[in-house]
Amino acid sequence: MSLTPTTAPLVFDEALLVAKAKAGDAQAFTDLVNQYERKIYRLAKHITQNDEDAEDVLQEAFLKAYEHLDTFQGNSKFYTWIVRIAVNEALMKLRKRKGDRTVPLDEPVDTGEEMVTREIAVWEDNPEQRYSREEMQEILDRAVESLKPDFRTVFVLRDIEELSTEETAETLGISVPAVKSRLLRARLALREKLTRQFRRKGEDAFAYL
Amino acid sequence: MLTCKQFLRELNDYLDPNTDPDLKRHLESHVTECPNCFVVVDTTKKTLQVYKGCEPQTIPEDVRSRLWKALERKIAAKKQTQT
Repeated sequence: MSLTPTTAPLVFDEALLVAKAKAGDAQAFTDLVNQYERKIYRLAKHITQNDEDAEDVLQEAFLKAYEHLDTFQGNSKFYTWIVRIAVNEALMKLRKRKGDRTVPLDEPVDTGEEMVTREIAVWEDNPEQRYSREEMQEILDRAVESLKPDFRTVFVLRDIEELSTEETAETLGISVPAVKSRLLRARLALREKLTRQFRRKGEDAFAYL
Repeated sequence: MLTCKQFLRELNDYLDPNTDPDLKRHLESHVTECPNCFVVVDTTKKTLQVYKGCEPQTIPEDVRSRLWKALERKIAAKKQTQT
């Protein structure tokens, strides 16, 4: 048999596809892959910051999901489940990488770190329109890349993949307060970096005062 | 009145649409008085917006093709064990 990756169906019914896939319908599973492959790849790239690792994570996540589909209870969304598998794979890659001195994600948060708000400046209007899609993507990716892995992972799950605080805590095996605290620091650090890029230049810079 | 530091600790709650309205009003009173925190709130909102507005990039064709080949093998192997 030959599988052809197609564009996602117009009406996407995740629950129905999962039920069909669990009953052995391979095409239904491939529809799920079609729907989420780009998001899972983005997540893998963000966490691992490495093309080769991201590809491994992408493959492993979907192959494991297929293999263990019968254990998926359907209490959560399939998307949350596949994200959880992918995050675990990505974290394993991070930990395995030679010379990687990543802080394990379950370590207590370093509360000594100050929240940074050095850059206080309004942004130029609509920065999205000033840069090409690729340039914008690069600016945003570079900013995420500069975060420490434990902050980066929480930000990616909460603000890019839009998991809830509780889902993020469960996925990473950390407490809800730890998610909140890391998210706040991650958001402030990104705001800081993007402000350096997007701050309004010239005499309008203090127009808010 | 809250200090900037106290306000910043609650920034996520301030940005969360589900936060209790009383707490929100309490936090709002700082933002209306403090131009710096007003800018921090505004630029943090914009930071979140630009990330949310970003569509996932396409997967490089060779990466995608290897994923689909691996899936194909996996599905074929599962079918074989079932027959």
